[in-house]
Amino acid sequence: MPIIEVKNLYKSYSRRAVLRDLNLSVEEGDHLYIVGENGTGKSTLIKLLLGLIEPDSGEIVFSKNRKTKIGYLPQQTEIQTDFPASVREVVLSGTLGGKRLPLYTARDKKLARDMMEKLNVSDIERRSFRELSGGQQQRVLLARALCATGGILLLDEPITGLDPVATAEFYRLTEQLHSEGVTIITVSHDVSCAVHYGNKILHLGHGEYFFGSSHEYAHSALGKAMLAGGHCHD
Amino acid sequence: MINELLGLFSYPFALRALLVGLLISVCAALLGTSLVLKRFSGLGDGLSHVGFGASALGLAFGVAPLYIAIPAVLLAAFGLLQLNKSGKVKGDAAIAAVSGSALAVGVTAAKLSSGMNVDINNFMFGSIYTLSGRDVLVTAVLCAVVLLLFVVFYNKLFAVTFDESFSSATGIRVSRYNALLSCLTAVTVVIGMRMLGALLISSLLVFPSLTAGRVCRSYRGVILCSLLVSVSAFLIGLIASFAFSTPPGASVVLANLVFFCVFFAVSVVMGRLKTKR
Ligand SMILES: Nc1ncnc2c1ncn2[C@@H]1O[C@H](COP(=O)(O)OP(=O)(O)OP(=O)(O)O)[C@@H](O)[C@H]1O
Ligand SMILES: [Mg+2]
Repeated sequence: MPIIEVKNLYKSYSRRAVLRDLNLSVEEGDHLYIVGENGTGKSTLIKLLLGLIEPDSGEIVFSKNRKTKIGYLPQQTEIQTDFPASVREVVLSGTLGGKRLPLYTARDKKLARDMMEKLNVSDIERRSFRELSGGQQQRVLLARALCATGGILLLDEPITGLDPVATAEFYRLTEQLHSEGVTIITVSHDVSCAVHYGNKILHLGHGEYFFGSSHEYAHSALGKAMLAGGHCHD
Repeated sequence: MINELLGLFSYPFALRALLVGLLISVCAALLGTSLVLKRFSGLGDGLSHVGFGASALGLAFGVAPLYIAIPAVLLAAFGLLQLNKSGKVKGDAAIAAVSGSALAVGVTAAKLSSGMNVDINNFMFGSIYTLSGRDVLVTAVLCAVVLLLFVVFYNKLFAVTFDESFSSATGIRVSRYNALLSCLTAVTVVIGMRMLGALLISSLLVFPSLTAGRVCRSYRGVILCSLLVSVSAFLIGLIASFAFSTPPGASVVLANLVFFCVFFAVSVVMGRLKTKR
């Protein structure tokens, strides 16, 4: 049974359609990559999945009531950057979701420490978030998303702005989470790596879309055109 | 001088002014951080104008101003929050429209009923020395609620203020916290209006966290620092108003302005030092 099922989804902004009759299903443990040009509705789909915006019609069904524990990495353009908050405060806030008592336990603190370690931001834990570089902020927010996940991770352009080392580390990290059974949905512009690391691909276009396994995608006409010449170095 | 001051606070009216002022300063500093950090600081301004309009209407119809001001301001707070969320009208434009209309209603009501008398003047500029024992009680309760909220839900308030989308993705009921915050802000504005007046109360909400934000790098730092700034600025302003017989409300705001300038200068100097190293 799929963990997320999207049925006949329509979404438009002031009568301009962005998503039209979208159908897809994500199984537990899938790593779905969403690719496509700018403005084709990738972030819109992520926000619909999170329930941040409402669809015009169609539905999104979550199994097992997992909806309450989703780790989310917003696209970088959408985060306010002049907020005075320390890195530690930001990462720790990821552990709050769905808790009755809004206090950080020793376990939360350890989780936050581990994730900061994983994303190599432990040494800047006391620095102010707004003073970091774009890539550093991205890693901090990724650590926060990892603290929040209860089995589902939605990442909107996680590798945009990361240096090659951090990018490689990101792919290693998601591979590891994938093997641990975490369901991941990643928006990316790197199609060859998406095919390499993801097991499913959603390619959004203006009007039509492709949804299928990455194997099917790589052998479709659209996939071949997108992959021409590109290799995912790992 | 010191003796004079102590002598003054032995008068109940001065003591009440001091108590209400300190309590309101605490509330305003805490609630203001959320508004400023969410870039919704205009809300305080809009609400205070609605408070003025409603009070003047109340006066015209012979209803106790507070009884009409509190519901009106609460309503306005929810309305503006909803408008801001739906994104149909930009928050700042909506606030400008609402506060202008409320002011116009208030001034018209005042003119048609009694003219611009002492009461209207008090709504605009406050009357810190005419506070009653009940005002002290109400403010104490409000302050207790605000403090409790910030102590118990401190972490969630941080999460909600820092990133609404992420918070609601992780299952935090963001709209509840927003509603609670604007509700408390509304009550703070109405009570603070009695003290500082409709024209000055909103600066009490905005200044402390704006000041703290110059030098503090963490949320905790901003919260604590703005509390300190807010309370000190009130005390300094009040004492200065005795010493130089300046209007109390304006003196408090000016003290806040001085704090802001000092903190701003410090942040510039700190920035310079950092880049030199
Ligand atoms: N809040 C909004 N109001 C109106 N139009 C919007 C809004 N958000 C997005 N859109 C429009 O919807 C379309 C899809 O936007 P979306 O952000 O989902 O694109 P995207 O695929 O994530 O693009 P990118 O690769 O640049 O991140 C765009 O044309 C955009 O202009
Ligand atoms: Mg996007």
